[in-house]
Amino acid sequence: MRALVVILLLSFSPSVTFAQQPEPQQPKQTDEFVPISQLPAQDQLPAAPLLVTAYAFVWVVLFAYMVSVGRRLTKVQHEVERLESDIAKRA
Amino acid sequence: MIRTAWLVLKKDLTVEVRSLEIAYTTLFFAVSCVLFFAFALVKEGKAPEDGAAGILWIAIAFGGTLALGRTFERERQSETLRALLMAPAARPAIYVGKLLGIVALLVAAEIVLVPLVAFLFQAPLLSHPFWLGAVLLSGTIGFATVGTLFSAMLVRARSRDVLLPVLLYPITVPVIIAGVRATAALLQPDVELALVRFWVALLIALDVVFVTLALWTFEPLMTD
Amino acid sequence: MGLVQKIFYYHLPSAWVFLLSAIVCGIASARFLFGGSPRQDRLAHAAAELTVLFGAIVLVTGPLWARKAWGVWWQWDVRLTSSLMGWMVAWAYLLVRKYGGPGSDKLAAGLALFGMANVPFVYISVNYWRTIHPATSVVPTLPVDMGLALWFAVACFLLLFVLLLRLRVYLEEQRARLDALYLSLDE
Repeated sequence: MRALVVILLLSFSPSVTFAQQPEPQQPKQTDEFVPISQLPAQDQLPAAPLLVTAYAFVWVVLFAYMVSVGRRLTKVQHEVERLESDIAKRA
Repeated sequence: MIRTAWLVLKKDLTVEVRSLEIAYTTLFFAVSCVLFFAFALVKEGKAPEDGAAGILWIAIAFGGTLALGRTFERERQSETLRALLMAPAARPAIYVGKLLGIVALLVAAEIVLVPLVAFLFQAPLLSHPFWLGAVLLSGTIGFATVGTLFSAMLVRARSRDVLLPVLLYPITVPVIIAGVRATAALLQPDVELALVRFWVALLIALDVVFVTLALWTFEPLMTD
Repeated sequence: MGLVQKIFYYHLPSAWVFLLSAIVCGIASARFLFGGSPRQDRLAHAAAELTVLFGAIVLVTGPLWARKAWGVWWQWDVRLTSSLMGWMVAWAYLLVRKYGGPGSDKLAAGLALFGMANVPFVYISVNYWRTIHPATSVVPTLPVDMGLALWFAVACFLLLFVLLLRLRVYLEEQRARLDALYLSLDE
């Protein structure tokens, strides 16, 4: 069951490449004052860090949730096994 | 059914009038809230421009939370709620009775708060008394509806004092927003009645949704 | 807007799953309140946790996109405010279940019903108020290649939701089994 979820998460990568465009070229360094409105749009506020943060956040959060559920599940399962063996011993 | 609600309301009012404990403490708390905001937000002797509407509603919300907590604490201590629920009365009627009690208490507090806020913040709150009354009444009913339901549910829970705000505030955010916007619209020098009517209509719609949900769920929520 | 628009393919499906999860929680809560089935209660608890999860994704990817697209991290418009409010209701549900003591399952169920009433409001609010957030009419009018990526992402997220829900419900079932074992031990 968990393997299925991992596979599903990995299958996200196609949807990302689907929508990707090739990275734009780095612009020439300016050596005199250029008002921000005349700079090429990408220099005004680089979008890449925002995009990377967003995607990374989603992945990290989903992964952390899976780990959390997995941990809780193993704990409960261990305790169930322990109790069942206790009950079997008493019977 | 209306008779039951009326009886519950009369009981609450009778008990309250004997000591007026909840009324006085709620009122004092709400007034302190307003004063706190006045001290926090006043700069060079002048209050912020549109602060009055927000401060009024925050005082109502916080005071209301206190009143709800105290009212049901009293019920819990004398186990009267269990007695009420065991009585052969329709459960929704009990809820309505308690709701009307809380609304009455909050309206009494508002009667004091409105002139106080108008005075402290030089806000012309009393310029359209009918509309202000409509806004305050519909907003108070919306807030009290959800509050009474959750307080009644929390009577037997642990950490009930902490949990009441946790449950109550997210749900009543639309009521507070609509109330503040409507009151702020009424405070403008040239009042747009259409805008006030819109917010009041939204408040009434919220009231209808909340009261319906509350009446529907009160019975299953109160049974063990 | 360029590159940062790609956040859309995670933001919108997460938002739909967030709302769907709130609805699942609400319906399960109603069925639990009026039918008493513990299975519905487990489902509601699991759905509430997923509402918090996907709500967090929406509320983080949104501002990251907004910083570039609108110039501000946050705006108190209807869509954002009501989404934040719905998310807090889900948080409150989890807090009540954890710290409420006996009877907290019904309490939380009542809360979930009110939270579910908020969901249609979140969805349609952006069509009736002037907000900075795009309206719901944008999605049907997307160009084909964007639309394809979007619907693929939506399908993935829905599948993810179903699987996570089943996993989480399984955890609750194991907990219930543990409780039953403890009870039988006491007898």
